Amino acid sequence: MSEELFVTARSNALIDPSLHIWTWEVAMYLFLGGLTAGIMIFAALMTLRDKHHVAPFAATRLAVLAPIVLSLGMTTLFLDLEHKLFVFRFYTSFRVLSPMSWGAWILLIIYPVSILQVLSTLRAGFPKVVPFVERVAIASRVLDWCEANKRQIAMTAIPFAAALGIYTGILLSAFNARPFWNSGVLAPLFMISGMSTAAALVALVAQEHSERALFTKIDVILIIGELALVALFIINLATGSKQQLEVLDSVTGGPYTLVFWVLFVGIGLVIPLLLELLEIRGFGRRLAMVAPVLVLLGGYVLRQVMLDVGQESNWTNYSTQYNSELLQRLPHSD
Amino acid sequence: MTRFAMVIDTKTCIGCGDCVVACKTENKVPDGLNRDWIVEATNGTYPHLTTEFRSERCNHCSNATCVTLCPTGASHHWKDTNIVLVDPDMCTGCKACIAACPYDARFVMHPDGYVDKCTFCHHRVEEGLDPACVSSCPTHCMHFGSLDDPHSKVNHLLKTRTHKVLNPETGNYPNVYYLT
Repeated sequence: MSEELFVTARSNALIDPSLHIWTWEVAMYLFLGGLTAGIMIFAALMTLRDKHHVAPFAATRLAVLAPIVLSLGMTTLFLDLEHKLFVFRFYTSFRVLSPMSWGAWILLIIYPVSILQVLSTLRAGFPKVVPFVERVAIASRVLDWCEANKRQIAMTAIPFAAALGIYTGILLSAFNARPFWNSGVLAPLFMISGMSTAAALVALVAQEHSERALFTKIDVILIIGELALVALFIINLATGSKQQLEVLDSVTGGPYTLVFWVLFVGIGLVIPLLLELLEIRGFGRRLAMVAPVLVLLGGYVLRQVMLDVGQESNWTNYSTQYNSELLQRLPHSD
Repeated sequence: MTRFAMVIDTKTCIGCGDCVVACKTENKVPDGLNRDWIVEATNGTYPHLTTEFRSERCNHCSNATCVTLCPTGASHHWKDTNIVLVDPDMCTGCKACIAACPYDARFVMHPDGYVDKCTFCHHRVEEGLDPACVSSCPTHCMHFGSLDDPHSKVNHLLKTRTHKVLNPETGNYPNVYYLT
Protein backbone atom coordinates (compact mmCIF):
# COMPACT_ATOMS: atom_id res chain seq x y z
CA MET A 1 0.00 0.00 0.00
CA SER A 2 0.99 3.62 -0.37
CA GLU A 3 -1.31 5.91 1.51
CA GLU A 4 -0.78 9.56 2.32
CA LEU A 5 -3.30 11.38 4.44
CA PHE A 6 -3.59 14.60 6.38
CA VAL A 7 -3.14 14.20 10.11
CA THR A 8 -3.92 17.81 10.89
CA ALA A 9 -7.00 19.36 9.30
CA ARG A 10 -6.40 21.07 6.00
CA SER A 11 -9.53 22.36 4.33
CA ASN A 12 -8.31 25.54 2.65
CA ALA A 13 -11.21 26.95 0.64
CA LEU A 14 -10.83 26.50 -3.14
CA ILE A 15 -7.84 24.18 -2.58
CA ASP A 16 -9.17 21.19 -0.69
CA PRO A 17 -10.19 18.46 -1.31
CA SER A 18 -9.10 19.29 -4.85
CA LEU A 19 -8.24 22.56 -6.55
CA HIS A 20 -11.28 24.49 -7.80
CA ILE A 21 -10.03 28.07 -7.93
CA TRP A 22 -11.39 28.85 -11.40
CA THR A 23 -15.02 28.14 -12.24
CA TRP A 24 -17.52 29.30 -14.90
CA GLU A 25 -16.32 32.92 -14.84
CA VAL A 26 -12.90 31.99 -16.21
CA ALA A 27 -14.29 29.36 -18.61
CA MET A 28 -16.68 31.99 -19.98
CA TYR A 29 -13.84 34.49 -20.38
CA LEU A 30 -11.68 31.92 -22.20
CA PHE A 31 -14.63 31.21 -24.52
CA LEU A 32 -15.53 34.86 -25.14
CA GLY A 33 -11.87 35.87 -25.56
CA GLY A 34 -11.41 33.20 -28.24
CA LEU A 35 -14.67 34.25 -29.90
CA THR A 36 -13.49 37.89 -29.95
CA ALA A 37 -10.20 36.86 -31.57
CA GLY A 38 -12.09 34.92 -34.26
CA ILE A 39 -14.51 37.81 -34.86
CA MET A 40 -11.67 40.30 -35.36
CA ILE A 41 -9.69 37.97 -37.62
CA PHE A 42 -12.66 37.18 -39.89
CA ALA A 43 -13.76 40.81 -40.05
CA ALA A 44 -10.19 41.78 -41.02
CA LEU A 45 -9.83 38.99 -43.57
CA MET A 46 -13.12 39.88 -45.27
CA THR A 47 -11.96 43.50 -45.50
CA LEU A 48 -8.54 42.59 -46.85
CA ARG A 49 -9.96 40.20 -49.44
CA ASP A 50 -12.75 42.59 -50.51
CA LYS A 51 -15.53 40.13 -49.74
CA HIS A 52 -18.21 42.80 -49.29
CA HIS A 53 -20.50 41.20 -51.84
CA VAL A 54 -20.07 37.59 -50.78
CA ALA A 55 -19.99 38.24 -47.04
CA PRO A 56 -21.52 41.65 -46.32
CA PHE A 57 -22.19 40.93 -42.63
CA ALA A 58 -18.67 39.74 -41.84
CA ALA A 59 -17.06 42.51 -43.91
CA THR A 60 -19.04 45.42 -42.51
CA ARG A 61 -20.96 44.59 -39.33
CA LEU A 62 -19.23 41.70 -37.58
CA ALA A 63 -16.45 43.84 -36.09
CA VAL A 64 -18.90 45.66 -33.83
CA LEU A 65 -19.44 42.45 -31.87
CA ALA A 66 -15.76 42.26 -30.85
CA PRO A 67 -15.68 44.98 -28.17
CA ILE A 68 -19.12 43.88 -26.91
CA VAL A 69 -18.19 40.20 -26.57
CA LEU A 70 -14.77 41.09 -25.12
CA SER A 71 -16.36 43.40 -22.54
CA LEU A 72 -18.67 40.60 -21.44
CA GLY A 73 -15.66 38.32 -21.15
CA MET A 74 -13.67 40.83 -19.17
CA THR A 75 -16.65 41.32 -16.86
CA THR A 76 -16.73 37.62 -16.00
CA LEU A 77 -12.94 37.66 -15.62
CA PHE A 78 -13.23 40.56 -13.20
CA LEU A 79 -15.89 38.64 -11.25
CA ASP A 80 -13.33 35.89 -10.72
CA LEU A 81 -10.74 38.15 -9.07
CA GLU A 82 -10.59 37.72 -5.30
CA HIS A 83 -8.86 41.06 -4.60
CA LYS A 84 -10.89 43.19 -6.99
CA LEU A 85 -9.85 46.67 -5.85
CA PHE A 86 -6.29 45.84 -6.85
CA VAL A 87 -7.15 44.98 -10.46
CA PHE A 88 -5.10 48.00 -11.57
CA ARG A 89 -1.98 46.12 -10.46
CA PHE A 90 -2.05 44.25 -13.78
CA TYR A 91 -0.98 47.54 -15.32
CA THR A 92 1.72 48.70 -12.91
CA SER A 93 4.19 46.11 -14.20
CA PHE A 94 4.91 43.85 -17.14
CA ARG A 95 6.18 40.37 -16.30
CA VAL A 96 7.78 38.96 -19.39
CA LEU A 97 7.64 35.31 -18.23
CA SER A 98 4.00 35.46 -17.10
CA PRO A 99 1.48 34.70 -19.88
CA MET A 100 -1.23 36.31 -17.74
CA SER A 101 0.72 39.57 -17.71
CA TRP A 102 1.00 39.37 -21.51
CA GLY A 103 -2.75 38.74 -21.62
CA ALA A 104 -3.56 41.76 -19.47
CA TRP A 105 -1.59 44.03 -21.80
CA ILE A 106 -2.98 42.36 -24.94
CA LEU A 107 -6.50 43.02 -23.64
CA LEU A 108 -5.62 46.67 -23.14
CA ILE A 109 -4.26 47.04 -26.68
CA ILE A 110 -7.04 45.01 -28.30
CA TYR A 111 -9.72 47.58 -27.35
CA PRO A 112 -8.45 50.56 -29.40
CA VAL A 113 -7.59 48.24 -32.31
CA SER A 114 -11.07 46.77 -32.18
CA ILE A 115 -12.71 50.21 -31.99
CA LEU A 116 -10.71 51.36 -35.03
CA GLN A 117 -11.88 48.25 -36.85
CA VAL A 118 -15.51 49.12 -36.04
CA LEU A 119 -15.07 52.74 -37.14
CA SER A 120 -13.46 51.71 -40.43
CA THR A 121 -16.63 49.84 -41.45
CA LEU A 122 -19.25 51.92 -39.62
CA ARG A 123 -20.57 53.83 -42.66
CA ALA A 124 -20.88 50.66 -44.74
CA GLY A 125 -22.31 48.50 -41.97
CA PHE A 126 -24.46 50.86 -39.91
CA PRO A 127 -25.52 53.79 -42.12
CA LYS A 128 -28.41 54.66 -39.77
CA VAL A 129 -26.07 55.14 -36.84
CA VAL A 130 -23.62 57.38 -38.71
CA PRO A 131 -25.69 60.64 -38.50
CA PHE A 132 -25.79 60.31 -34.70
CA VAL A 133 -22.06 59.66 -34.50
CA GLU A 134 -21.25 62.54 -36.83
CA ARG A 135 -22.97 65.01 -34.52
CA VAL A 136 -19.67 65.04 -32.69
CA ALA A 137 -17.54 67.53 -34.62
CA ILE A 138 -14.43 65.41 -34.98
CA ALA A 139 -16.27 62.12 -35.67
CA SER A 140 -16.62 62.65 -39.38
CA ARG A 141 -12.90 63.18 -39.82
CA VAL A 142 -12.12 60.16 -37.65
CA LEU A 143 -14.42 58.00 -39.77
CA ASP A 144 -12.78 59.37 -42.94
CA TRP A 145 -9.35 58.50 -41.59
CA CYS A 146 -10.40 55.00 -40.49
CA GLU A 147 -12.02 54.27 -43.85
CA ALA A 148 -8.98 55.50 -45.73
CA ASN A 149 -6.77 53.25 -43.60
CA LYS A 150 -9.09 50.28 -43.21
CA ARG A 151 -6.66 47.84 -44.84
CA GLN A 152 -3.87 48.91 -42.48
CA ILE A 153 -6.26 48.67 -39.53
CA ALA A 154 -7.32 45.18 -40.64
CA MET A 155 -3.69 44.11 -40.99
CA THR A 156 -2.96 45.43 -37.49
CA ALA A 157 -6.01 43.69 -36.05
CA ILE A 158 -4.98 40.21 -37.22
CA PRO A 159 -1.76 39.77 -35.17
CA PHE A 160 -3.28 41.32 -32.04
CA ALA A 161 -6.41 39.17 -32.34
CA ALA A 162 -4.21 36.11 -32.91
CA ALA A 163 -2.28 37.01 -29.74
CA LEU A 164 -5.58 37.22 -27.85
CA GLY A 165 -6.74 33.88 -29.23
CA ILE A 166 -3.52 32.05 -28.53
CA TYR A 167 -2.31 33.44 -25.20
CA THR A 168 -5.06 31.77 -23.14
CA GLY A 169 -3.82 28.37 -24.30
CA ILE A 170 -0.21 29.31 -23.55
CA LEU A 171 -1.32 30.55 -20.12
CA LEU A 172 -2.80 27.19 -19.13
CA SER A 173 0.00 25.17 -20.74
CA ALA A 174 2.61 27.12 -18.72
CA PHE A 175 1.44 25.55 -15.44
CA ASN A 176 3.83 22.64 -14.93
CA ALA A 177 2.02 22.05 -11.63
CA ARG A 178 -1.09 20.96 -13.60
CA PRO A 179 -0.06 18.02 -15.78
CA PHE A 180 -3.32 18.05 -17.82
CA TRP A 181 -2.61 21.56 -19.12
CA ASN A 182 1.11 21.13 -19.53
CA SER A 183 0.93 20.67 -23.31
CA GLY A 184 1.86 23.03 -26.13
CA VAL A 185 -1.16 21.81 -28.11
CA LEU A 186 -3.50 23.91 -25.96
CA ALA A 187 -2.45 27.17 -27.63
CA PRO A 188 -3.37 26.24 -31.24
CA LEU A 189 -6.39 24.29 -29.94
CA PHE A 190 -7.83 27.38 -28.22
CA MET A 191 -6.96 29.55 -31.21
CA ILE A 192 -8.66 27.30 -33.75
CA SER A 193 -11.64 26.78 -31.45
CA GLY A 194 -12.04 30.56 -31.12
CA MET A 195 -12.02 30.95 -34.90
CA SER A 196 -14.47 28.07 -35.31
CA THR A 197 -16.94 29.63 -32.85
CA ALA A 198 -16.64 32.97 -34.68
CA ALA A 199 -17.29 31.29 -38.04
CA ALA A 200 -20.32 29.58 -36.48
CA LEU A 201 -21.56 32.93 -35.17
CA VAL A 202 -21.41 34.41 -38.68
CA ALA A 203 -23.16 31.36 -40.15
CA LEU A 204 -25.86 31.80 -37.49
CA VAL A 205 -26.43 35.55 -37.85
CA ALA A 206 -25.70 36.33 -41.54
CA GLN A 207 -28.70 36.87 -43.81
CA GLU A 208 -27.09 36.18 -47.20
CA HIS A 209 -27.02 32.57 -48.35
CA SER A 210 -23.60 33.09 -49.98
CA GLU A 211 -22.17 34.27 -46.66
CA ARG A 212 -23.65 31.41 -44.65
CA ALA A 213 -22.32 28.96 -47.25
CA LEU A 214 -18.82 30.51 -47.14
CA PHE A 215 -18.60 30.42 -43.35
CA THR A 216 -20.06 26.93 -43.15
CA LYS A 217 -17.21 25.77 -45.41
CA ILE A 218 -14.65 27.65 -43.32
CA ASP A 219 -16.09 26.10 -40.16
CA VAL A 220 -15.85 22.58 -41.61
CA ILE A 221 -12.11 23.08 -42.18
CA LEU A 222 -11.67 24.54 -38.70
CA ILE A 223 -13.60 21.73 -36.97
CA ILE A 224 -11.49 19.12 -38.78
CA GLY A 225 -8.38 20.98 -37.61
CA GLU A 226 -9.75 21.13 -34.07
CA LEU A 227 -10.47 17.39 -34.05
CA ALA A 228 -6.88 16.76 -35.17
CA LEU A 229 -5.56 18.92 -32.34
CA VAL A 230 -7.79 17.15 -29.80
CA ALA A 231 -6.31 13.85 -31.03
CA LEU A 232 -2.77 15.26 -30.63
CA PHE A 233 -3.64 16.50 -27.14
CA ILE A 234 -4.84 13.04 -26.10
CA ILE A 235 -1.78 11.34 -27.68
CA ASN A 236 0.43 13.81 -25.81
CA LEU A 237 -1.21 12.88 -22.49
CA ALA A 238 -1.25 9.15 -23.21
CA THR A 239 2.50 9.16 -23.85
CA GLY A 240 3.30 11.52 -20.99
CA SER A 241 4.40 11.32 -17.37
CA LYS A 242 2.79 9.33 -14.57
CA GLN A 243 0.83 12.42 -13.52
CA GLN A 244 -0.45 12.89 -17.09
CA LEU A 245 -1.44 9.24 -17.40
CA GLU A 246 -3.36 9.50 -14.11
CA VAL A 247 -5.30 12.55 -15.20
CA LEU A 248 -6.00 11.03 -18.61
CA ASP A 249 -8.13 8.50 -16.71
CA SER A 250 -10.50 11.36 -15.85
CA VAL A 251 -11.55 11.58 -19.51
CA THR A 252 -11.14 7.92 -20.44
CA GLY A 253 -13.54 6.21 -18.08
CA GLY A 254 -13.35 8.68 -15.20
CA PRO A 255 -15.82 11.36 -14.10
CA TYR A 256 -15.27 13.71 -17.08
CA THR A 257 -15.57 11.06 -19.82
CA LEU A 258 -19.15 11.93 -20.81
CA VAL A 259 -18.58 15.68 -20.79
CA PHE A 260 -15.39 15.42 -22.83
CA TRP A 261 -16.35 12.84 -25.43
CA VAL A 262 -20.13 13.23 -25.70
CA LEU A 263 -20.73 16.92 -24.96
CA PHE A 264 -17.50 18.41 -26.36
CA VAL A 265 -16.24 16.03 -29.06
CA GLY A 266 -19.61 14.50 -30.05
CA ILE A 267 -22.19 17.26 -29.72
CA GLY A 268 -19.74 20.16 -29.99
CA LEU A 269 -17.58 18.97 -32.92
CA VAL A 270 -18.60 15.77 -34.74
CA ILE A 271 -22.38 16.33 -35.01
CA PRO A 272 -22.06 19.96 -36.23
CA LEU A 273 -19.34 18.82 -38.65
CA LEU A 274 -21.69 16.21 -40.13
CA LEU A 275 -24.59 18.69 -40.25
CA GLU A 276 -22.40 21.29 -42.00
CA LEU A 277 -21.15 18.71 -44.51
CA LEU A 278 -24.79 17.80 -45.26
CA GLU A 279 -25.66 21.47 -45.62
CA ILE A 280 -22.85 22.04 -48.12
CA ARG A 281 -24.29 19.19 -50.20
CA GLY A 282 -27.72 20.77 -50.06
CA PHE A 283 -29.32 18.62 -47.37
CA GLY A 284 -30.79 19.61 -44.07
CA ARG A 285 -31.12 23.34 -44.76
CA ARG A 286 -33.94 23.52 -42.23
CA LEU A 287 -31.45 22.49 -39.59
CA ALA A 288 -28.97 25.18 -40.64
CA MET A 289 -29.27 26.92 -37.27
CA VAL A 290 -28.46 23.80 -35.27
CA ALA A 291 -24.82 23.29 -36.28
CA PRO A 292 -23.57 26.80 -35.37
CA VAL A 293 -25.36 26.68 -32.01
CA LEU A 294 -23.71 23.34 -31.26
CA VAL A 295 -20.29 24.70 -32.29
CA LEU A 296 -20.74 27.64 -29.91
CA LEU A 297 -21.83 25.28 -27.13
CA GLY A 298 -18.83 23.04 -27.87
CA GLY A 299 -16.50 26.03 -27.67
CA TYR A 300 -17.69 26.80 -24.15
CA VAL A 301 -17.65 23.16 -23.05
CA LEU A 302 -14.04 22.83 -24.26
CA ARG A 303 -12.94 25.65 -21.94
CA GLN A 304 -15.01 24.41 -19.00
CA VAL A 305 -13.85 20.80 -19.21
CA MET A 306 -10.22 21.87 -19.72
CA LEU A 307 -10.42 24.09 -16.64
CA ASP A 308 -12.15 21.49 -14.48
CA VAL A 309 -9.94 18.52 -15.34
CA GLY A 310 -6.76 20.61 -15.35
CA GLN A 311 -7.35 21.86 -11.84
CA GLU A 312 -7.89 18.35 -10.56
CA SER A 313 -4.59 17.20 -12.03
CA ASN A 314 -1.73 17.60 -9.59
CA TRP A 315 1.49 16.30 -8.08
CA THR A 316 0.24 15.80 -4.54
CA ASN A 317 -2.95 13.98 -3.79
CA TYR A 318 -3.57 13.48 -0.11
CA SER A 319 -6.60 11.87 1.41
CA THR A 320 -8.25 13.69 4.24
CA GLN A 321 -10.38 12.41 7.03
CA TYR A 322 -11.25 15.90 8.17
CA ASN A 323 -14.90 16.74 7.68
CA SER A 324 -15.75 20.33 8.54
CA GLU A 325 -19.45 19.43 8.68
CA LEU A 326 -18.76 17.45 11.83
CA LEU A 327 -17.91 20.71 13.60
CA GLN A 328 -21.51 21.81 13.11
CA ARG A 329 -22.65 18.92 15.29
CA LEU A 330 -20.72 20.18 18.31
CA PRO A 331 -22.94 21.81 20.93
CA HIS A 332 -22.49 25.59 20.76
CA SER A 333 -22.30 27.60 23.93
CA ASP A 334 -23.33 31.26 23.72
CA MET B 1 20.59 34.26 -3.86
CA THR B 2 20.85 33.35 -0.18
CA ARG B 3 19.24 29.95 0.28
CA PHE B 4 17.36 29.22 3.47
CA ALA B 5 16.32 25.64 4.05
CA MET B 6 14.13 23.76 6.46
CA VAL B 7 15.27 20.27 7.36
CA ILE B 8 12.72 17.99 9.03
CA ASP B 9 13.65 14.66 10.55
CA THR B 10 10.90 12.15 9.76
CA LYS B 11 12.52 9.70 12.19
CA THR B 12 11.77 11.92 15.18
CA CYS B 13 8.59 13.69 14.03
CA ILE B 14 5.59 12.22 15.84
CA GLY B 15 2.94 14.21 13.96
CA CYS B 16 1.79 16.06 17.09
CA GLY B 17 0.72 19.16 15.15
CA ASP B 18 2.46 21.71 17.39
CA CYS B 19 4.07 23.29 14.31
CA VAL B 20 0.62 23.84 12.82
CA VAL B 21 -0.68 25.45 15.99
CA ALA B 22 2.47 27.58 16.38
CA CYS B 23 2.08 28.89 12.83
CA LYS B 24 -1.57 29.77 13.30
CA THR B 25 -0.77 31.56 16.54
CA GLU B 26 2.33 33.40 15.33
CA ASN B 27 0.87 34.50 12.01
CA LYS B 28 -2.76 34.90 13.10
CA VAL B 29 -3.95 32.62 10.30
CA PRO B 30 -7.78 32.77 10.25
CA ASP B 31 -10.07 29.88 11.09
CA GLY B 32 -10.34 27.27 8.37
CA LEU B 33 -7.05 28.21 6.68
CA ASN B 34 -3.67 26.54 7.14
CA ARG B 35 -0.19 27.55 6.07
CA ASP B 36 1.24 24.20 7.18
CA TRP B 37 -0.10 20.73 7.77
CA ILE B 38 1.04 17.22 8.64
CA VAL B 39 0.89 14.23 6.35
CA GLU B 40 1.10 10.64 7.51
CA ALA B 41 2.51 8.43 4.77
CA THR B 42 2.23 4.68 5.09
CA ASN B 43 4.02 2.43 2.65
CA GLY B 44 4.61 -1.30 2.22
CA THR B 45 2.60 -4.49 2.68
CA TYR B 46 1.31 -5.73 6.03
CA PRO B 47 3.09 -6.63 8.29
CA HIS B 48 6.06 -4.84 6.67
CA LEU B 49 4.75 -1.31 6.84
CA THR B 50 6.64 1.93 7.31
CA THR B 51 5.14 5.19 8.45
CA GLU B 52 6.56 8.66 8.23
CA PHE B 53 5.15 11.95 9.42
CA ARG B 54 5.90 15.02 7.33
CA SER B 55 5.26 18.59 8.40
CA GLU B 56 4.58 20.29 5.06
CA ARG B 57 4.32 23.90 3.86
CA CYS B 58 5.46 26.14 1.03
CA ASN B 59 8.81 24.81 -0.18
CA HIS B 60 10.22 28.27 -0.93
CA CYS B 61 11.48 26.93 -4.22
CA SER B 62 14.62 28.35 -5.81
CA ASN B 63 12.84 28.09 -9.19
CA ALA B 64 9.42 29.13 -7.92
CA THR B 65 6.82 28.82 -10.69
CA CYS B 66 4.40 30.87 -8.56
CA VAL B 67 6.82 33.80 -8.80
CA THR B 68 7.42 33.30 -12.53
CA LEU B 69 3.74 33.12 -13.44
CA CYS B 70 2.47 35.91 -11.17
CA PRO B 71 1.29 38.65 -13.55
CA THR B 72 1.92 41.58 -11.21
CA GLY B 73 5.07 40.76 -9.28
CA ALA B 74 3.06 40.32 -6.04
CA SER B 75 4.71 36.92 -5.58
CA HIS B 76 8.39 37.58 -5.17
CA HIS B 77 11.63 36.34 -3.68
CA TRP B 78 12.31 38.30 -0.48
CA LYS B 79 15.54 40.33 -0.40
CA ASP B 80 17.39 38.13 -2.90
CA THR B 81 16.73 34.99 -0.86
CA ASN B 82 14.67 31.96 -1.82
CA ILE B 83 11.95 32.98 0.67
CA VAL B 84 8.80 33.49 -1.40
CA LEU B 85 6.40 36.17 -0.18
CA VAL B 86 3.18 37.71 -1.48
CA ASP B 87 2.71 41.48 -1.35
CA PRO B 88 -1.03 41.94 -0.61
CA ASP B 89 -1.00 45.43 -2.14
CA MET B 90 0.22 44.01 -5.46
CA CYS B 91 -2.04 40.94 -5.51
CA THR B 92 -5.19 40.97 -7.67
CA GLY B 93 -6.40 37.60 -6.41
CA CYS B 94 -6.19 36.12 -9.92
CA LYS B 95 -5.06 32.81 -8.36
CA ALA B 96 -2.49 32.02 -11.08
CA CYS B 97 0.10 31.36 -8.35
CA ILE B 98 -2.23 28.86 -6.66
CA ALA B 99 -2.52 26.94 -9.93
CA ALA B 100 1.25 27.25 -10.39
CA CYS B 101 2.17 25.66 -7.05
CA PRO B 102 2.79 21.91 -7.37
CA TYR B 103 2.51 21.60 -3.57
CA ASP B 104 -0.92 23.28 -3.26
CA ALA B 105 0.63 25.41 -0.50
CA ARG B 106 -1.22 28.64 -1.28
CA PHE B 107 -4.72 29.82 -0.50
CA VAL B 108 -6.93 32.89 -0.69
CA MET B 109 -6.88 34.90 2.54
CA HIS B 110 -10.37 35.47 3.92
CA PRO B 111 -12.05 37.85 3.99
CA ASP B 112 -9.44 40.08 2.31
CA GLY B 113 -8.99 38.19 -0.97
CA TYR B 114 -5.22 38.31 -1.51
CA VAL B 115 -3.21 35.11 -1.73
CA ASP B 116 -1.39 33.93 1.39
CA LYS B 117 0.99 31.15 2.37
CA CYS B 118 3.92 30.20 4.63
CA THR B 119 6.53 32.96 4.83
CA PHE B 120 9.23 30.92 6.62
CA CYS B 121 8.38 33.53 9.33
CA HIS B 122 10.67 36.02 7.55
CA HIS B 123 9.87 38.58 10.27
CA ARG B 124 11.54 36.25 12.78
CA VAL B 125 14.33 35.24 10.40
CA GLU B 126 15.16 38.93 10.02
CA GLU B 127 15.79 39.04 13.78
CA GLY B 128 17.93 35.93 13.71
CA LEU B 129 15.17 33.69 15.08
CA ASP B 130 13.88 30.40 13.72
CA PRO B 131 10.39 30.20 12.19
CA ALA B 132 7.66 29.67 14.80
CA CYS B 133 7.05 26.06 13.77
CA VAL B 134 10.73 25.18 14.19
CA SER B 135 10.96 26.94 17.57
CA SER B 136 7.92 25.18 18.98
CA CYS B 137 8.68 21.61 17.88
CA PRO B 138 8.73 19.50 21.08
CA THR B 139 10.87 16.72 19.54
CA HIS B 140 13.32 19.15 17.93
CA CYS B 141 12.85 17.39 14.61
CA MET B 142 12.73 20.66 12.65
CA HIS B 143 15.79 22.70 11.73
CA PHE B 144 16.20 25.96 9.88
CA GLY B 145 19.22 27.76 8.49
CA SER B 146 21.24 28.94 5.55
CA LEU B 147 22.56 26.50 2.98
CA ASP B 148 25.23 29.04 2.09
CA ASP B 149 26.83 28.70 5.50
CA PRO B 150 28.98 25.53 5.36
CA HIS B 151 28.88 25.23 9.18
CA SER B 152 25.10 25.55 9.56
CA LYS B 153 23.11 22.80 11.23
CA VAL B 154 21.02 22.26 8.10
CA ASN B 155 24.13 21.76 5.96
CA HIS B 156 25.57 19.33 8.50
CA LEU B 157 22.35 17.29 8.57
CA LEU B 158 22.11 17.16 4.79
CA LYS B 159 25.75 16.05 4.54
CA THR B 160 25.41 13.29 7.12
CA ARG B 161 21.86 11.96 6.68
CA THR B 162 19.91 10.53 3.77
CA HIS B 163 17.25 12.97 2.71
CA LYS B 164 14.69 13.81 0.08
CA VAL B 165 12.59 16.72 -1.14
CA LEU B 166 8.99 16.44 -2.35
CA ASN B 167 8.42 16.04 -6.09
CA PRO B 168 11.88 17.08 -7.29
CA GLU B 169 10.70 16.18 -10.82
CA THR B 170 8.80 19.45 -10.98
CA GLY B 171 12.12 21.24 -11.45
CA ASN B 172 11.09 23.84 -8.88
CA TYR B 173 14.10 23.11 -6.61
CA PRO B 174 12.19 23.03 -3.29
CA ASN B 175 14.05 23.95 -0.09
CA VAL B 176 12.20 21.90 2.53
CA TYR B 177 14.18 18.71 3.10
CA TYR B 178 13.06 15.53 4.85
CA LEU B 179 15.59 13.30 6.60
CA THR B 180 14.65 9.67 6.00
